[in-house]
Amino acid sequence: MQITITVNGSAFTGEVEPRLLLIHFLRDQLGLTGSHWGCDTSNCGACVVWLDETPVKSCTVLTAMTDGRRVLTVEGMERDGRLDPVQEGFARCHGLQCGFCTPGMMLTARWLLDHNPDPSPEEIREALSGQVCRCTGYENIVRSVRWAAQQQGGDGRGGHRLAPGEAQ
Amino acid sequence: MTAAPERNGAYGPMRRKEDARFVRGRGTFVDDIQLPGMLHGAILRSPMAHARIVAVDTTAAEAHPRVEAVITGQALTELGLAWMPTISRDAQSVLATDKVRFQGQEVAFVVAHDRYSARDALELIQVEYEALPVVADAQRALEAGAPVIRDDLPGKASNHIFDWEAGDKTATDAVFAAADVVVGQDMLYPRSHPAPLETCGIVADADPVSGRLTLWSTSQAPHAHRTVYALVVGLPEHKIRVVSPDIGGGFGNKAPIYPGYICAIVGSMKTGRPVKWVEDRSENLMSTAFARDYHMHGEIAATADGKVLGLRARVLADHGAFNATAQPTKFPAGFFHIFTGSYDLRAAHCEVTAVYTNKAPGGVAYSCSFRITEAVYLVERMMDILARELGMDPAELRMKNLLRPEQFPYTCPTGWQYDSGDYPRALAMAMDIAGYDELRREQAAKRERGEYMGIGISFFTEGVGAGPRAHMDILGLGMADGASLRVHPTGTAVLGVSCQTQGQGHETTFAQIVAGELGISPDDVEVVHGDTDRTPFGLGTYGSRSTPVSGAATAMAARKVRERARIVASAMLEVSPDDLEWADGKWRVRGDPEKATGIAEIAMAAHSSLELPAGVEGHLDSEAVYNPPNLTFPFGAYICVTDVDPGTGQVTVRRFIAVDDCGVQINPMIVEGQVHRGLADGVGMALMQVIAFDADGNCLGGSFMDYLLPTSVECPSWELGETVTPSPHHPIGAKGIGESATVGSPPAIVNSVMDALAPFGVRHADMPLTPANVWSAIQGRRLRTDLAVT
Amino acid sequence: MQVPAQVEYEKASSVAHALSLLARYGPEARILAGGHSLIPMMKLRLAQPETLIDINGLSELCYLGLTNGELRIGTLTRHAQLLNSAAAGEHFPILHDAEKVIADPVVRNWGTVGGSLCQADPSEDLSAAFAALKARMVICGADGSRTVSAREFHTGPYETVVAAGEMLTEIRIPVRPGGGSAYAKVGRRVGDWPIGAAGAAIWLDGGVVADVGIGLTAVGAPQFAAPEAEEFLRGAPATEESFARAGEIAAEHCRPLSDQRGPADYKRHLASELTARALRRAFRRALGG
Repeated sequence: MQITITVNGSAFTGEVEPRLLLIHFLRDQLGLTGSHWGCDTSNCGACVVWLDETPVKSCTVLTAMTDGRRVLTVEGMERDGRLDPVQEGFARCHGLQCGFCTPGMMLTARWLLDHNPDPSPEEIREALSGQVCRCTGYENIVRSVRWAAQQQGGDGRGGHRLAPGEAQ
Repeated sequence: MTAAPERNGAYGPMRRKEDARFVRGRGTFVDDIQLPGMLHGAILRSPMAHARIVAVDTTAAEAHPRVEAVITGQALTELGLAWMPTISRDAQSVLATDKVRFQGQEVAFVVAHDRYSARDALELIQVEYEALPVVADAQRALEAGAPVIRDDLPGKASNHIFDWEAGDKTATDAVFAAADVVVGQDMLYPRSHPAPLETCGIVADADPVSGRLTLWSTSQAPHAHRTVYALVVGLPEHKIRVVSPDIGGGFGNKAPIYPGYICAIVGSMKTGRPVKWVEDRSENLMSTAFARDYHMHGEIAATADGKVLGLRARVLADHGAFNATAQPTKFPAGFFHIFTGSYDLRAAHCEVTAVYTNKAPGGVAYSCSFRITEAVYLVERMMDILARELGMDPAELRMKNLLRPEQFPYTCPTGWQYDSGDYPRALAMAMDIAGYDELRREQAAKRERGEYMGIGISFFTEGVGAGPRAHMDILGLGMADGASLRVHPTGTAVLGVSCQTQGQGHETTFAQIVAGELGISPDDVEVVHGDTDRTPFGLGTYGSRSTPVSGAATAMAARKVRERARIVASAMLEVSPDDLEWADGKWRVRGDPEKATGIAEIAMAAHSSLELPAGVEGHLDSEAVYNPPNLTFPFGAYICVTDVDPGTGQVTVRRFIAVDDCGVQINPMIVEGQVHRGLADGVGMALMQVIAFDADGNCLGGSFMDYLLPTSVECPSWELGETVTPSPHHPIGAKGIGESATVGSPPAIVNSVMDALAPFGVRHADMPLTPANVWSAIQGRRLRTDLAVT
Repeated sequence: MQVPAQVEYEKASSVAHALSLLARYGPEARILAGGHSLIPMMKLRLAQPETLIDINGLSELCYLGLTNGELRIGTLTRHAQLLNSAAAGEHFPILHDAEKVIADPVVRNWGTVGGSLCQADPSEDLSAAFAALKARMVICGADGSRTVSAREFHTGPYETVVAAGEMLTEIRIPVRPGGGSAYAKVGRRVGDWPIGAAGAAIWLDGGVVADVGIGLTAVGAPQFAAPEAEEFLRGAPATEESFARAGEIAAEHCRPLSDQRGPADYKRHLASELTARALRRAFRRALGG
């Protein structure tokens, strides 16, 4: 079947099998290998991307379901060569080690800060509780998100909001 | 060993260089690799834990329009590849031929045009199995009449693998016989799994024209893998290149060579095209190197006033269906005999009996420091059980028995020579950070109100950085590691190391080591790793050995560069080399500090037309292979505070205090991150992680729905402290940190929960302390966590 | 990662269209909403539908509000929307309690209330919550719609009364003043299925229980409910002793199975313990606390 999907602001039209999972479409057909996969049972969250401005586990979404919708992956977080404050925060606060869970963590963190510009550590932990990290023990991830929150002055600006029809 | 050299500010919490690509999602992991014409492999696995293979019919799979090849055990037999050697000098089936011996064992390999078709084709393969009785309970593996799993081994009539012992049995028995108090306890360190977020995988590219085999794989030891592939597959080693690109976590899971790797190589050779095989999560959990599974009985002997005299341990080790544990050859039970712990003991003795069971092979993995996780768990639980028996505070008991600084170097009753440490200071610091006395008061007040909190301590000594070549080899390869350092004419440097990062930050920390020795910026040092074509030989990263061994090799190579630079500088400054001293990152003339020159200028000079004295050729480049004189001995004191809800059995980890000593720290930010991870490991293992089996050998931990990993919510905000006792023999005084927290944290958490449950008379319950397990313990029923719950 | 078998796909443009597609493709067609119950089953090939009928575009099924004295929830409502709904939280805090502990925040963004109910897992939290609230389920078919009590909705593990050619479209809960409700769950870890969980809704008349609903999940309570315990509590004094006794009665009528989450005796204990805790909290909320 044919679908049209906007990824990181660019529209793609292509043929996909109905059963093709979104994570595989992004990685294998679009070459956006920044999103990863790590489990079979929708538990680990390595595959988190935004679908219409909401973080979803892209291993549990059929590409077919995304026809006409918008996707944001980690590759779309950077703007004009400038890192999103969340990305900067992760690098500054050692919020990553192997980097495998990082794209998913950052995208959920970005969404959290867009809706809750000054989250407490507990709120950050709760927001990330569906995503596993095997390297950091989570403490520095929390610090990274707090750094990004403070960087933005707690007013929610500086992040990503894909306006309908927005292109890069 | 010299005093700590000048480091020119290179050591410190420097931002990581590797993050530039990872935060942009531009890492290159094995599954990211796409090559022209690449095919995809998938493995058909046995649903049975123990069965004879009657027939394998691949006709329908081969007829699938998008399948290029189907490989069976039969086909591999013809290539001499149906079996491969393990690190423990056993043989492991690559694709099953006669029998399957664990659920999830590899039976056939499909090569198809895409991963979805490969998965579809698996269902088209027909395998007829004849069920055999299963050995799923290690404690019954040696019973008379138990089914023999390894009937492929000539003359094998039981499931016994080996017996091993360490220490002085006679002396230990005597100490126990004369002791005032002897306490014993059975305890299980359950089967667990490292579960890195990225599963294992490979892209194998066998070029039929050049005869070169290029492998991109998730390998913690690319050079060792290359050598083994040469030996096993029969290809000349100089034609094999192993590249470990970015790796999404290793933790020991990516040290071994797996059947899937061999299958992918054969698939590529057969089709003439690259073949990618990346396992799914259930394959990872059910077939790759698990960890632990030590059924232990510990005994501790002491005086009535709490002086610990001796320790005994008897261990039944479940190795699974093949003996594939990964440790130095002379140590089949790893370093378990460091179970003497951090205490001054008169005598100790341990016996380990290893058995086969119908489960996946493995045992040494998951940051165990070669079984030190098991050893520390045993001794630290025994200390708490002894404390309760004596009515002593567990901190007080430890303080009374910890080795004193003046006792170092200390040879423990099983032969380890601990070289350095101030143990009481570390424990005192942890107690101070925790507010220990205040916690005990809070606990007393809460008990009055029927609320239950626990305070658990763990003190550990590890021996890491394997190791001296004379005693330590893996498959005959001595455990030395190399580093090669090239300094370009413009003064920037490229360091090649044999160890392999999987997230530990080597691209940064090793640059810092070079920077510290040469007085250049870490940004001017590029660290190359993971590619056997571009780096010197070494045994890889595991057992916390990167900094102790490769880090040492790096420092030694850098010092050779510096000494070459001295000679060149002497020519530049027209003095004798002996007139030069190294200060502020330069060679300068003693007594005339204005006359000085740094590495960048010296490098250019070395490449120039300057007349060079004897001792240098036209460059500064150097190599070193470091043969460690001893292990290093990081240590730590941990305190865990838990709250237990007796109505539900739920445990909350309220606080975790960790004081670590890893010697000199190159990058404290990275050290801290390593500790954080290991503490989370402890929460997982102590409270939720286990790979259990039912009586039919069905694996009950084959997905992340059942093999539970701790999330941000179960982990508290870790509270860290540090002491620094430089290693007396390591060139930069570092000891290594990668596994310390995984070693030290589980016993602290278990001790804490047992402490909380003391009013209920609970003495011990096995990990994981799930709500059901805790509640059952309170009712006086101890659950066996390695088997199906009934 | 494991991947689904081949499947056909249709996108529905309305409820009527979805029903006609169901009729056309027969019993091997499945409704695809959030997919977070169905797609994991398809990846493991435990479910192999021939056709998926994607209803994610049916905004007509995505609503949550008060109508005619009932809270009405369209089945395409995402778990996250139910958790964030002020109306749901105000009238039925049990739904917020339950949603907070269903799966994880990211899964809740896309999984739907209807999808979870129709999956009918014996450990589904919302099944217990709606049983406690004595909700009613609206099922649409080609011939019109019918309403079924939440307590008659399930016919067995993974089975509901929604027949081939029908769709669950709405859940209705009557709003009655003066009540309180709560949910209590124990799992091995955040996001885990419950080892046991209980929901309670209580209405008081002075110091006496005027009406009560108790729902249970994961412990083999028939129809996710505890009618014997409710019977005992109705008219009884609203005290700690009554709540504890109600818990015991609820536990007596459970048939939990031992599995890796826990042995049967522990689950039975949880049924009792958590029923009492849910009642206690529901009671405090009924008093305005």
